[in-house]
Formats: sequence, C-alpha cells, structure tokens
Amino acid sequence: MTERKRVLITKAAEEVIDTLRKRFGSELMFHQSGGCCDGSSPMCFEKGDFKVGSQDIWMGEVYGCDFFMSADQFEYWKYTELTLDVTPGRGSSFSIEIPMGIRFLIRSRLFTMEEFEHLEPVKTGEEVLGET
Amino acid sequence: METLTLSQAQPVERPKIKEKYDHFIGGKFVAPSSGEYFDNISPIDGKVFSKAARGNKEDIEKALDAAHAAFPTWSKTSAAERSKLLNKIADVIEANLEMLARVETIDNGKALRETRAADLPLVIDHFRYFAGVIRADESTISEHDENTVSIALHEPLGVVAQIIPWNFPLLMATWKIAPALAAGCCTVVKPAEQTPTSIMVLMELIGDILPPGVLNVVTGFGVEAGKPLASSPRVAKVSFTGETTTGRLIMQYASENLVPVTMELGGKSPNIFMKSVADEDDDFFDKAVEGAVMFALNQGEVCTCPSRILVHEDIYDKFMDRVIARTKAIKMGHPLAEDTMMGAQASNDQYEKILSYLDIGKQEGAVVLTGGAKAGLNSGLEEGYYIQPTIFKGHNKMRIFQEEIFGPVVCVTTFKTNEEAIAIANDTMYGLGAGLWSRDAHELYQIPRAIQAGRVWVNCYHAYPAHAPFGGYKKSGFGRENHLMMLGHYRQTKNMLISYSKQKLGFF
Repeated sequence: MTERKRVLITKAAEEVIDTLRKRFGSELMFHQSGGCCDGSSPMCFEKGDFKVGSQDIWMGEVYGCDFFMSADQFEYWKYTELTLDVTPGRGSSFSIEIPMGIRFLIRSRLFTMEEFEHLEPVKTGEEVLGET
Repeated sequence: METLTLSQAQPVERPKIKEKYDHFIGGKFVAPSSGEYFDNISPIDGKVFSKAARGNKEDIEKALDAAHAAFPTWSKTSAAERSKLLNKIADVIEANLEMLARVETIDNGKALRETRAADLPLVIDHFRYFAGVIRADESTISEHDENTVSIALHEPLGVVAQIIPWNFPLLMATWKIAPALAAGCCTVVKPAEQTPTSIMVLMELIGDILPPGVLNVVTGFGVEAGKPLASSPRVAKVSFTGETTTGRLIMQYASENLVPVTMELGGKSPNIFMKSVADEDDDFFDKAVEGAVMFALNQGEVCTCPSRILVHEDIYDKFMDRVIARTKAIKMGHPLAEDTMMGAQASNDQYEKILSYLDIGKQEGAVVLTGGAKAGLNSGLEEGYYIQPTIFKGHNKMRIFQEEIFGPVVCVTTFKTNEEAIAIANDTMYGLGAGLWSRDAHELYQIPRAIQAGRVWVNCYHAYPAHAPFGGYKKSGFGRENHLMMLGHYRQTKNMLISYSKQKLGFF
C-alpha cells in the first residue's frame, strides 16, 4: 500500500499558488498558524522567508510547497487529514495571498485507523533544511 | 431555526463615514504613495462601506521619518504635558463615544451594546490611566556606600512599531498607543486589514492634539505594509497581537535587528466550575451561568474567550441545563440594533474557518448541545457573517478543545477532582486567560495559583480594567499590557553610577 499524504489541496488553491509563484517569482512554503485572530489558518510565504527549525514538523509537500506546523500543535492535529483550500475574505497576517482578497483555509477530516497506519513519515524542519 | 432568538429593534442610524481614508503621517492625512485603496467590507451585510489606503514600504518609511523627526522633542516633553495630552484625547473620545461606537460596530460587526458599554469606555479609561500613572511614576536611586550613588532613570526606547488586531480595533490600538506615548515613544501603527476605518475616524478627532509625527497610522496589508514596518532597522521595538506564525516571523525580524518585542498570541482559556457553584440556586449561581455564556461576548473573537468549560461532573446537568437555556436566549440580529446581543464575525474567511471547526468537532464525535451552524439571518443581513452560539460536549484531546476557533463556540467537559480540573486546564499550548468559580475559600486561591495562565478571573470573567496586568504564559506570548508594567516595555534604563570620592582606586 502506498503512503498516504497528510496534506491535500483543492484545484482552487492550486490556481492561487500558480498565480503567486508567477507574481513573486519564487517557490512558496506554508506554515500552519495557531492562536488568536487569524490563528488556525495556514500562512503562505516565499520559500525560506519563515525560518523553520527543530520544533517544526514537515507534514509533506503540497503542490510542490513544503507544509510545516509547530511540533506541539502537530500532536493534536496528526489524526486529521488536511486539505488546503481557499476562500474569499479579508484576512490579516503576512500571508502573501491576502492582497488578492482571498485567504488560504484548512479543511480537516479524521483519518480512519487504517489510513493512519499508512501515512507518509514526517520530519523536523531542521532535517528538511539539512537535505537542501 | 428553532434555537435562534432574534432581535426586534430597528438599527440605529449610521454615522457619516467617508468614501476613503488616507494614512495619518506627520500630523496630517497623506494619500498612499501607490495611489491605491482597498475595500473595507462591513461584516454586518458583506458590503463595502469605505476604502482604506493601501500602504507600502514607501509609506512606512515616510511614517518612520515623521516619527524620528518628532522623537527628540516628544521624548523630552514633560510628564505633565504628555499626561495632559493623553487626558485630552480621552475627553475628545468621550464626547464622541456614540459616533465612534457605531463606526466600530460597522467596521468590526460586533453588537452596538458592546461597543457602547465596553470597547469605547475602556478606550477612554485606558488613556486616562496612563495619563495618571506617569504623574506618579518615579525612577530609583540607591546609595551603594557613602560615596557611591546609582541612579536608574527611565528613558523612552524611541520609535516603535505597533501591529493591531481586528477583534477590538480601537481598544487594542489604545492598549498599545497609550503606554507608548506615555513612556515618551513615538509610534507607527499598522491596523488590521479587516478593520482599518474606525481608527482613521478616531484620528480625524484626535490627530491635532499631539505634535505631528508622534502618532502615525499606516493602513494596508501585512505583507506590503506590516512586514516593512516590523522588519525595519529604524524601529526600537515591535509590539504585536495576533497568531503564533506571524508572532514568530516578527520575532525573526526582531532577531535580525536585535530589538525587543512584546507578543500577545491568544489562548484556549479554561473556565472551571467547581462543585460548590451549584450548592445554592442564588445570585452567585446565576452569575456563574452568565460566566460560562461569556464565550459569546464579542462573537467569541477574544484572545481570552472562555472556550473550554470544565464543570464538576456532579453538577453538570443542573449547571449546563441553565447554560444551554441562557445561550439559546442570546439575541442575534443587526449589530446596530440596540437589543442585539451578538453580532457578526469580523470577516468572511473567519466565518468560513469557524464553520470548518463546527465540521471537525462533529467529525471528532463531539455532541452539539446547542447551535452548531451558521445563523442565516435575513432582512438585509443575508450576506453578513453570522454564526449561532454553539456548545459542544467532548473531551480535551479533541482539536476543538485545543485550537483557538475565535468564534462563538465553547467546548464542555467534566472533571471529578481538583487535580483533574487543573490537569485539563493546563493541557494546552497556551496560557493567557482562565476562569475559576467556587464558593470554597481554599480553592479560590489554590487553583488559580496552579493554573498556568497570565490572567485568572476568580468568580468573574472578561473584565479588562486598566490597572490589572494582562498577558500570557506559555505560547500566549509575553509582556503585560493594561498596566504601568507596560511602560517598562517601552523604556530602557539609564544607569548613572556616580562616585563622590576624590580618592583614586590605586590600581594604576
């Protein structure tokens, strides 16, 4: 059985990533936020702009972008499959899609026990940096 | 919908709001260098009600120029003069309270009864508090021996950057602006992109009270205006309220510039109801029920939203029956109607995010005790962002118990012993607020001490008076706002170590 991805993406979100790649002329990355206001939303940055480290978990690649979350937050999120989607709306934060009047959004689904046992392994941010 | 209680009153009249607002830089309104403006949508009806200047690096530099030009004089302005100006600001806001409350409601979506009774009165008092404390504030002096004296004198940090959230746009701006100005700093403020208008209406009223450049406001998007401000080597400190990823990013910039930061990053606050709460069915029991329903204040968009109810299992039925009934009685409706108790969520993406959490809560097996869906209001509110106040029953490992939903959603679970209550309360990444309700004198002291949070409300909740320090433990951030302690975060200490001895040491 092939390994299952933890983070999926909708067609609409893929199109936004294409637009942003062109506009910024660079690869992108995501870091899932927590806390108040726009917390619990995924933040999109130019690759490398947000410094990840040993306390971040790399949850996989989504449409060619690394997707990270802090390690303590991952402990609560690891049982859910995430889908990166996009919605109209005026978010705040430094996430780079916001001037377009849209916001990346995470939709979640609980993994079944069988799915949970066949997930793609995670790495720390530090390990990912070591590979490049 | 059967669980929904609706307001009956007609909305009050909207104040005149301009079609668009410029930045406020150097004591005057300045058009954005790009010439561009962005729509500000009211959460009430999803319609554009004004436009805000789309700030960029050039605008931020202009604001920093103005602030740096003002600092040499402002930093040396007497405490008496600074205090007088802060009091004047408070007086002008007080004279315009009703108008500002209405604008704030249109900008943010919260009910008018809250902006009238909470947001604006707290803004006014906050300016007065900091006007007051700097008149009594003193530096320290110590005599180390008869010839050696150490003077520890406060000096303002300089020009600071302040990034404001959208949940209490005017109040959160005030929490940052008042202590910075009181301390003698000049500031460049970046309001949230969802709520850029009310602060500009405020600046029209108070802009000429302060010397030009002391207080500058640049609106715009985080990546275009917030980032050049937070990463500028020309700021001496960054103050931020928001979420953890942006908090880390701002600290990353601050580490490059080696400047201090204060952060308020939210929480997942436990509200604990001990067995003795239900000993009597009296005023106190009634107050405790209201304390549990406080999750709906400001539509739940509060960093300290009491979003986890921990209730002793023996009183669960008696207590929660009353909490559910009180929640169902929350009147939703037009935020400008005077009898509306809960208004709209601040933006569409926020609304969508809350709905996604209602979905994940149900998937995780949490039981919906009331609410659990969007509110679907009519009469012109169809496009507004309304969600029913919602109570879930579940357990503390569920994501809805661990993540800040920032909506009118509370999750309830039970405990058997004090130890278990404390363990559940502390099983969270955050530590901003907490509530403890009890009739037992020992519990009233011992349990708050055991909770890892910066603010524990004891037999009350959601009070934010100036003069009570407010800030986080754990991942909720650091720094204590709302209190004279905050002056310390906008100042540094000049130590003058003076020798009055005429004798050499004898080393050389």
